[in-house]
Amino acid sequence: MPDTLIFGMEVFLNGLMAGVLYALVALGFVLIYKASGIFNYSQGVLALFAALTLVGIMDGQVPFSHMINAVFGTDIHHFGWQVPAVFAILLTMVVMVVLAWAVQRLIFRHLIGQEPIILFMATIGLAYFLEGLGDIIWGSDIKKLDVGLPQGINASIDELTYQWFGYGFFIDNLDIWATAIAVILVAVLVAFSQYTKQGRAMRAVADDHQAALSVGISLNFIWIMVWSVAGFVALVAGIMWGTKSGVQFSLSLIALKALPVLMLGGFTSIPGAIVGGLIIGVGEKLFEFLVGPLVGGATENWFAYVLALIFLVFRPQGLFGEKIIERV
Amino acid sequence: MLDATEGYTTADGRKIGGVVMEMKNITLRFGGVTAIQDISFDIREGEIRAIIGPNGAGKSSMLNVISGFYVPQEGEVWFRGARRPQMRPYQVAQQGIARTFQNIALFEGMSVLDNVMTGRLTEMKASIWTQALWKGPAEREEVANREIAEKVIDFLEIQHIRKTPVSRLPYGLKKRVELARALASEPKLLLLDEPMAGMNVEEKEDMSRFILDVNDEFGTTIALIEHDMGVVMDLSDRVVVMDYGKKIGDGSPDEVRNNQAVIDAYLGVAHD
Ligand SMILES: Nc1ncnc2c1ncn2[C@@H]1O[C@H](COP(=O)(O)OP(=O)(O)OP(=O)(O)O)[C@@H](O)[C@H]1O
Ligand SMILES: [Mg+2]
Repeated sequence: MPDTLIFGMEVFLNGLMAGVLYALVALGFVLIYKASGIFNYSQGVLALFAALTLVGIMDGQVPFSHMINAVFGTDIHHFGWQVPAVFAILLTMVVMVVLAWAVQRLIFRHLIGQEPIILFMATIGLAYFLEGLGDIIWGSDIKKLDVGLPQGINASIDELTYQWFGYGFFIDNLDIWATAIAVILVAVLVAFSQYTKQGRAMRAVADDHQAALSVGISLNFIWIMVWSVAGFVALVAGIMWGTKSGVQFSLSLIALKALPVLMLGGFTSIPGAIVGGLIIGVGEKLFEFLVGPLVGGATENWFAYVLALIFLVFRPQGLFGEKIIERV
Repeated sequence: MLDATEGYTTADGRKIGGVVMEMKNITLRFGGVTAIQDISFDIREGEIRAIIGPNGAGKSSMLNVISGFYVPQEGEVWFRGARRPQMRPYQVAQQGIARTFQNIALFEGMSVLDNVMTGRLTEMKASIWTQALWKGPAEREEVANREIAEKVIDFLEIQHIRKTPVSRLPYGLKKRVELARALASEPKLLLLDEPMAGMNVEEKEDMSRFILDVNDEFGTTIALIEHDMGVVMDLSDRVVVMDYGKKIGDGSPDEVRNNQAVIDAYLGVAHD
């Protein structure tokens, strides 16, 4: 087998795993967009905020410690305990639900019936607010996140591929775990939306607000629920990215990578978000591998956007969106 | 005048009970437009009550007030003997008041069965945790609710399209599916906004029959808006007539038909 093909396969697999993360962030967007028509610019910051909170709780960080120290002249930072990852994740989830409630209660409840652009602007404001809030509560330094997910090269794959191709693939254990968790998460979400009462209500609200009201569904409740679920998805994405590259501001920038994913997959399609994420993940890695060397590299910065642009021109509704036919 | 608790017997021998829903001096304004002006009327247990009037008379607005979609500036709504506090539409629905819309509001992306099942949502009480286990209470509840939904589907003769996505249905069937969804909640009061608008004669006859059957078999109290006078005369026990936001008539179909103000309104006699 030619070397390029073997290397290409490795790149392909790594791309798939990077794509999982894009897919997760895009999924958060789609959930909120479907249910409320809000394009949530703050989805990436939500992931950052969740990861920050998780690290803070695990390390027993004192919230608002900078502010407290500045005001009272004290020097406190940590409570001096460690919280086990499972509890910390549960607590963080509670925080995300409270946040979902607050976002609905304090912002979007007052914006019902407003133009989509206004709602979008509100989420931009929310993004910057959350970014600042995360800083104030937990500090702005880069933090290490370790919830116990295994990391490093997967020895069995390395060995197996070495036997087959005479070249051992480098696949990170973390990526394998991340993929497995993402698959489970998506399966749970699908089961939730198809088979539970709350899931049905969610689909009903996504379909028609008026009709949903007429069968006794509280829009407010569903929107809080959807923001909570989006917060949960953000937490999972935050854990994966944070474990890999540390919890830092750049985490919120992966949200921007979710944009081309959405253009590819369609803004309202959950399968679209997943497939779109994988295509972008694989596409940008393969492109960098094959074409990168010819054009001086760094294609990963722009490839996704160009691909999305080409898609926009030829299939504006995305891969899975319904064809838009203008009535005249 | 009838007493609030006393009933009456209809021409076709059905027993009508006391007042279920009473609107007292309702006034609803949109900016400068007064859609409803100081209107009072009641709806009695087991009756088919029609609201009629020319375009823009305020009929839909009245239905929207009853179902909580519009909040009147003045007046009181009394339901089952108690004054109803201001409620959101979903709370009204949970109280057992179901409705259909003039412009059809279905879940277009769902199948007929799923649409009808949403009518059961308010009745489903199993918590998310029992639902996650699936076996046990959650499964029993699902099966019981599914049975009711299927019964309604049979009743309205839409078995053959159970699994069809609603978006693919013709207009007349959509109207019927919307009625099915409202019926699935086993409402105490059913509000229908022009259930026959845009239908051909045959479809209208079907729909009339279904409305009568629902009322007959389940004893459901029904308030409906309708333009077709023939249909109104056939279906309803009592009729409220509205024109330019005002009530200009209220009584049996015969009384209303012979009411001069009503005749003028329908013939378009100039308002002074
Ligand atoms: N949401 C609204 N905002 C502003 N004006 C409204 C609204 N809903 C109704 N109106 C106005 O209230 C008046 C009554 O409207 P309504 O829809 O209740 O009439 P209708 O009797 O149902 O008429 P139709 O037979 O055409 O359905 C109209 O002048 C209408 O423009
Ligand atoms: Mg109307």
